[in-house]
Amino acid sequence: FAGLADVSISEDIPVEGEITVPVGSRSPDEDYSTLDEPVRDTILRDLKAVGKKFVHVMYPKKSSALLRDWDLWGPLVLCVSLALMLQGGAADSKDDGGPQFAEVFVIIWFGAVVITLNSKLLGGTISFFQSLCVLGYCVLPLTVAMLVCRLVLLAGSGTVSFIIRLLVVAAMFGWSTLASTAFLADSQPPNRKALVVYPISLFYFVISWMILTFTPQ
Amino acid sequence: QGGGSAVIDMENMDDTSGSSFEDMGEMHQRMKEEEEEEAEGEAGAAEEDEDGEFLGVKGLRGQLGRQVADQMWQAGKRQASRAFSLYANIDILRPYFDVEPVQVRARLLESMIPVRMINFPQKIAGELYGPLMLVFTLVAILLHGMKTSDTIIREGTLMGTAIGTCFGYWLGVSSFIYFLAYLCNAQITLVQMLSLLGYGLFGHCITLFVTYNIHFHSLFYIFWLGVGGLSTLRMVAVLLSRTVGHTQRLVLCGSLAALHMLFLLYLHFAYHKVVEGILDTLEGPNVPPFQRVARDIPVVSSAVLNTTAKAVALTL
Repeated sequence: FAGLADVSISEDIPVEGEITVPVGSRSPDEDYSTLDEPVRDTILRDLKAVGKKFVHVMYPKKSSALLRDWDLWGPLVLCVSLALMLQGGAADSKDDGGPQFAEVFVIIWFGAVVITLNSKLLGGTISFFQSLCVLGYCVLPLTVAMLVCRLVLLAGSGTVSFIIRLLVVAAMFGWSTLASTAFLADSQPPNRKALVVYPISLFYFVISWMILTFTPQ
Repeated sequence: QGGGSAVIDMENMDDTSGSSFEDMGEMHQRMKEEEEEEAEGEAGAAEEDEDGEFLGVKGLRGQLGRQVADQMWQAGKRQASRAFSLYANIDILRPYFDVEPVQVRARLLESMIPVRMINFPQKIAGELYGPLMLVFTLVAILLHGMKTSDTIIREGTLMGTAIGTCFGYWLGVSSFIYFLAYLCNAQITLVQMLSLLGYGLFGHCITLFVTYNIHFHSLFYIFWLGVGGLSTLRMVAVLLSRTVGHTQRLVLCGSLAALHMLFLLYLHFAYHKVVEGILDTLEGPNVPPFQRVARDIPVVSSAVLNTTAKAVALTL
């Protein structure tokens, strides 16, 4: 800055010019505009993102949308609804009403964290929250299975209903596992896919077994 | 205007008021040592006063600078320790997860085959993936068993009990046997012990998976001796090959065998009581009131399995 030492501005010449920077299509102005928009727009945009991810889970193709813009809203909604639907199916509902909800919550989140750590330790290239996002969204088929099971149980609880429920839960378990492996197994070296798939299938197996053994009181 | 401005003048950090990071570290170390000896609390204060007095005018600015440096040092230390514990922990465990699926399968099958050569130290793979997966599988099987037998846990949850039992056994007994091995001069490291015991749980998984679904006392005892015994024999043989001396071998292998077999016995019988009641009164819809709380799945499926098993046993 030595060259600027002899620059002098006389006091009576006003400084003029445009201070505003020409705004491109992606600029920090977007942040301001999302603050000013009505709440409905924000909620609808987030809901649309969550809904798009649900569609990706139900028709698992190789796409990076689920991985790139991860969010944990979907998993939270699914986890809470599954835990609420699984409540009240215990022997002594006054004893097990509380722990039932906490059990499902802890199983899902703790299981997802363990699987994520395991896949990272095995040399996976996916980040922690991306993996949590995928595992949480792939609980969707099992939530659908839970809904179906509850409806079937309203009709009756004999052997026929058990077989129907077994088939539905087994199909949804397969769907969940396939969907999550479609997203997660690609981040592993090819000969170690089985090592990652086993804990995922165990995780969804525990959840589907909890759904299958649910009997309302 | 330096004294009245809100901006802290950082220039003074470089002067001799003792506010550099190394001095902060030293001061912290000194202060920690002083805290341990309670009598010297006043001496610490006296030292700080001396510093202030000695430095005169600079002492005031130096104290401010020192506080800022103190805060920055603490924040830096906190961040560094957090980062270290987060990243270093995962990297420490990474080499133990470096396995191929074929290796895991081979080790699972090997865990049921006792080795013959006990005069030569047998190789133990120090791997943690297989044992960890086996512990989780055991947790899942245990959960199934607890729900089938309608165990009601009053404090805590079913999941918590299952996880606590399995992980507690794996980590606790491994550490205990490692400690005994240290006393008995056996050549085994902690990771190898964890791996050995973890693979030994494969027999437990098989036994419990079968006997939680087919409730037959004699069947359980056959599995307990056969499958449980085989995996225990394998672990005992490997430990024998790494220990010298009769008393040491007896102590080490005896305690491991006893703990392993007793754990299987405990897992079966702890969640068995209510199931026994259902088995005895398995005559169609006339289920006594207190057993109506049983879920329909175990009644249906265990009824089917038990009648089949009984028919098979009668024909043999």
